[in-house]
Amino acid sequence: MSSRPRPTAGVPALDIRNLTVEYGQPGEPPMAAVLDASLTIMPGEIHALVGESGAGKTTVGNALMGLLQAPGRITAGGITIGGKAVDTRTGRTEGITPGLDVGAIFQDPMTSLNPLFTIESQLCETMRHHLKLSRAAAQARALELMRAVGIPEPERRLKCYPHQLSGGQRQRVVIAAALSCDPQLIVADEPTTALDVSVQAQILKLIRALADERGVGVLLVTHNMGVVAQVADTVTIMLKGRVVESGPVAQVLGAPRHPYARSLIGAVPRIDVRMNRLQAPSEATPAADAAREIVRKQMTADTAAAGGALEVENLVVEYGGRSWLPGRSAKAFRAVDGVSFTVQPGEIFGLVGESGCGKTTVANAIAGLATPKDGAIRLSGREIGARGKHGRALQMVFQDPYSALNPRLRVSTALSEPIAFYKLAATRAEAAEDAAVLLEAVGLDRSAGERFPHAFSGGQRQRIAIARALGPRPRFMVCDEPTSSLDVSVQAQILNLLKDLRDLTGLSMLFISHDLAVVRQMCDRIAVMQAGKIVELADAETLFRAPQHAYTRELLSLAPSLDSIARAPAPAHGA
Amino acid sequence: MSAPSIEAAPVLAEAPAPAPRKRRRMRIPASVIGGAVVVLVIGLAAALAPWIAPHNPLDVGSFDLLNAEMPPAFMAEGDSRFWLGTDNQGRDLFSAMLYGARVSIAIGGGAVLVAATVGVILGLLAGYLGGWVDALIMRVGDVILSLPTILLALLVSGVARAVFPEAGTAQWAPVILIGAIAIHEWVQYARTVRAATMVESSKDYVRAARVMGLPSIRIMARHILPNVLSPVIVIATINLAAAVLTEATLSFLGVGMPPTYPSLGTLIRIGNEFVFSGIWWIATFPAALLVVLVLGVNIVGDWLRDWFNPKRQAR
Amino acid sequence: MLAALASRLAQALLVMLAVTAIAFVMFRYVGDPVAMMSREDASPAEKAELRKTLGLDRPVLVQYGEFVGRVATGDLGVSFRNQRPVADLLGERLPATLELVIVATILSLSIGVPIGVLCALNPEGKAARLVQTVSLIGISMPTFVTGIALILVFAVILRWLPSFGRGDVVLVGGWTTGFLTKSGWASLVLPSITLALYQLTLIMRLVRAEMIDVLSSDYIRFARARGLPARYINFHLALRNALMPVVTVTGLQIGSLIAFAIVTETVFQWPGMGLLFIQAVSFADVPVMAAYLLFVGFLFVVINMAVDLIYTIIDPRLRTRRA
Repeated sequence: MSSRPRPTAGVPALDIRNLTVEYGQPGEPPMAAVLDASLTIMPGEIHALVGESGAGKTTVGNALMGLLQAPGRITAGGITIGGKAVDTRTGRTEGITPGLDVGAIFQDPMTSLNPLFTIESQLCETMRHHLKLSRAAAQARALELMRAVGIPEPERRLKCYPHQLSGGQRQRVVIAAALSCDPQLIVADEPTTALDVSVQAQILKLIRALADERGVGVLLVTHNMGVVAQVADTVTIMLKGRVVESGPVAQVLGAPRHPYARSLIGAVPRIDVRMNRLQAPSEATPAADAAREIVRKQMTADTAAAGGALEVENLVVEYGGRSWLPGRSAKAFRAVDGVSFTVQPGEIFGLVGESGCGKTTVANAIAGLATPKDGAIRLSGREIGARGKHGRALQMVFQDPYSALNPRLRVSTALSEPIAFYKLAATRAEAAEDAAVLLEAVGLDRSAGERFPHAFSGGQRQRIAIARALGPRPRFMVCDEPTSSLDVSVQAQILNLLKDLRDLTGLSMLFISHDLAVVRQMCDRIAVMQAGKIVELADAETLFRAPQHAYTRELLSLAPSLDSIARAPAPAHGA
Repeated sequence: MSAPSIEAAPVLAEAPAPAPRKRRRMRIPASVIGGAVVVLVIGLAAALAPWIAPHNPLDVGSFDLLNAEMPPAFMAEGDSRFWLGTDNQGRDLFSAMLYGARVSIAIGGGAVLVAATVGVILGLLAGYLGGWVDALIMRVGDVILSLPTILLALLVSGVARAVFPEAGTAQWAPVILIGAIAIHEWVQYARTVRAATMVESSKDYVRAARVMGLPSIRIMARHILPNVLSPVIVIATINLAAAVLTEATLSFLGVGMPPTYPSLGTLIRIGNEFVFSGIWWIATFPAALLVVLVLGVNIVGDWLRDWFNPKRQAR
Repeated sequence: MLAALASRLAQALLVMLAVTAIAFVMFRYVGDPVAMMSREDASPAEKAELRKTLGLDRPVLVQYGEFVGRVATGDLGVSFRNQRPVADLLGERLPATLELVIVATILSLSIGVPIGVLCALNPEGKAARLVQTVSLIGISMPTFVTGIALILVFAVILRWLPSFGRGDVVLVGGWTTGFLTKSGWASLVLPSITLALYQLTLIMRLVRAEMIDVLSSDYIRFARARGLPARYINFHLALRNALMPVVTVTGLQIGSLIAFAIVTETVFQWPGMGLLFIQAVSFADVPVMAAYLLFVGFLFVVINMAVDLIYTIIDPRLRTRRA
């Protein structure tokens, strides 16, 4: 494959010196999204840029790709790409040619490619424009690129449209496009976040191989510490626009020096060993303790007699299959295919698997949000009807805290609604008081009830959602990926909260997640699902120490984790 | 699977997601304030027509043919009693316009009210219940939308006149007109509300309410309805303009309000016959009032649409 | 894809059935045909005889079936007003309306699309804001007001253009066209502008909104991140995405143009189908009304099928299945 001459060894692929990017309309005080940040990437190096939401990592990526949006501008600092200095005096990156000097990989491969043009045309247009290749030369090179990124049957796939390829294949095409003009640097903004764990592992492997073989420097923007440990050479941790720590991955993740870096890395759930609690600041306050005691009394007084065991027997759920118009596809898709398990009172039962394996459908069926085609679901020995109503005995916590709360209802109103509906409080005032106690029990101030959901962060909203689920005093709680859209430090707090609530009230839980490390920290027993079926069901420790099924072993081997990095020795096994 | 339908195009691509929305500082453009003021002034003047109009344009007995086709007061041959002149029967044009605006706004507003109520309820049911309820409502809507508004309205009033001779009278014409306009317009509300309801129904707060065991009616009324209303407000505003125009068009074509109880459209119809003979004011003044009124409503509606557009807020 | 086409066909059939049902109900129950067709002083016995000869005493479904059969063979009945076959009346008027609608469509597309695109490229610019404002005035002007204003200025005051009729027409193979004479073209100017104006603003606003949406999409950001030139991104890539919904809307617009032609034809005394229809409405001439309704319904169905067909050609997501 033809290649432009590489700069002499020792010249960094990217050198950022004291970069500051500010947002703000003229006349308003500017807000610095990136402040005085510096980092260096050598050719062939994968440099991870990590941080929680709002850290400024995406802004750095956008500045390099020439995608800084209008009110944002570079106000200080210098950028050098492959020894070529970039003029930042205009507030933008003059002199870098996106595509030629910097290749870009976006997060969502489903939307990065134009649906109306063939793969070939989208690969060729970049090369024809930057490298002035003839049509035939560009097509030949596109074919080489498709082979290089490991797409099977590249000749045929070139003539395809994006919708004809799977998500993983599309991301490979995006990578091929990024490589097409042989840039010095590739900026990959969360390149695997939208992908399943097995596809993620393949894409990371590909990026690693391309960095090694072609000597291209990669800036890998991510929030996932496991990905960093798995693929990066060096890492920079950002907090509120500033660089707090930077260095080789083993050093930074293994022995972080900065307190924020320590807490961030400590909050990452471990897959190798179970801890009693995740590392997060304690939330015990006198008000919270008093509130939790009230909640404990209310819940135990109510649930003690009724148990809370869940039995799922040979559950089958199908989608589609009914048709209202002639010609519509009438073929049913069997999302859940004969699933059986039981959850003991007070147990946290984990359900793991990749997207599309049917785990969320199981949760929906149990919660009455999907109608089973066959099978039985019994809660505390009582079978649920065809419409799947458990009344107040079963409640659910959802994945997206931003859509989990009705934006038009005050928090207090939202919380007291089910309490009043099930007549658990005599008056509206008492229901509101119960709601306030619940807010304190989940670690919020009781005054939070006065406000609307938009006033809260994602973690706070998830606390509110948990409080709302506790309102009807359930015996069973279904948690569907309750932390997968939260930052890692917030995730640790929410997971601890859920554990505390279980210990406090003896509630049983069905905990659904795609993240094996989270499941290991949370669950007592775990079922692994694949294509609508449970392939393995075991005690948590047994499953992680001695997985029996090949699929479980594969999932475990692919899960990005910090294992490869020597960490400070874990405290004694808990739980 | 199939081509996007028209609903997806001009008005609202999707329901506004009431995502983490920080209250933006209210900066209402001057044109929008101007539009709102114009609409308010015309609306107020129309509402108060019986008290502020110098003459009673509905009392045919008071007309004097000697005053017919009098030019506006500011012209040489004008009469100070008739500020904007008179029509072919000697009716004071200014008074007739006040009463006409009153009729036009009442019919337009009535049609919007009927269409929005019916459309929102059917849209909620279709979106939340799905299944055959949804299929039935949407197929009926498809058939109705296959006929352009104006044609359907003409048919309804034409058929009404053929069946029911009273349909053209001042008493019944407004009812027929409201029905004729609303029968087409409800579909737009139903489609938008249905789409928004489907989006909201899949959101976790609605699913949580279902898991809690709350009754469907309560979930629809208390949880979904408030969250799907913002596009309805936008459509209602833009539709008010469209409904006023449709009413005017029907009256202009002679199947709307009768000349004894004229709307703005009827006045323009009367005036149209005299344009060639140089008597320009009978058509021009009501037309100008109509356009200014509709423009004011459209300016406000346009701004509301931008205001509620989630994509714009994200940027 | 075949399934999708079958579903569209079924829907088209449903629309046609519904429209024929409405037309049938109008025919059968609106304005008693016996009263319309018999003499003033006909006796009850004579009326019953006529009822029988017309077949009105048979079950409704049988009558409906016969009605559909007659419509399918082009027999649309006889006008109450001038006792001529409705099909002939429509046929005579069809060319006038179609020529008007075609010219108006071309006008609104050829002006609306470019302006919409240019406004989307710099939506906050002065020119774009001005166009937005002017377009608001455009959608606030009722068609008949536009028509009257144009007549007042260009026909009454300036006396440049005729204010009514089609001018001289030429008969070409059963089709009367105004495209071949100077007066035909002159007569077409004001009506076609009147008809096009409202559609033009709609199309312009739609193209602008679509284009703005597409320009903020991920795949256009990705194209920018690959350093492709702005002209190429705007006019080669984004425009194609933005024009997809315009195809649908243009199809529907043609349907509504025909309806709006009713108003334009009234203002300009244009001898098309709209004028025929509006006269039928005021005379309660039910067969003509029903036939016009059938015609518009049929046209809508045909246009929709055509739009679907075009879609399967231009949208690769419909054209090809997963590899």
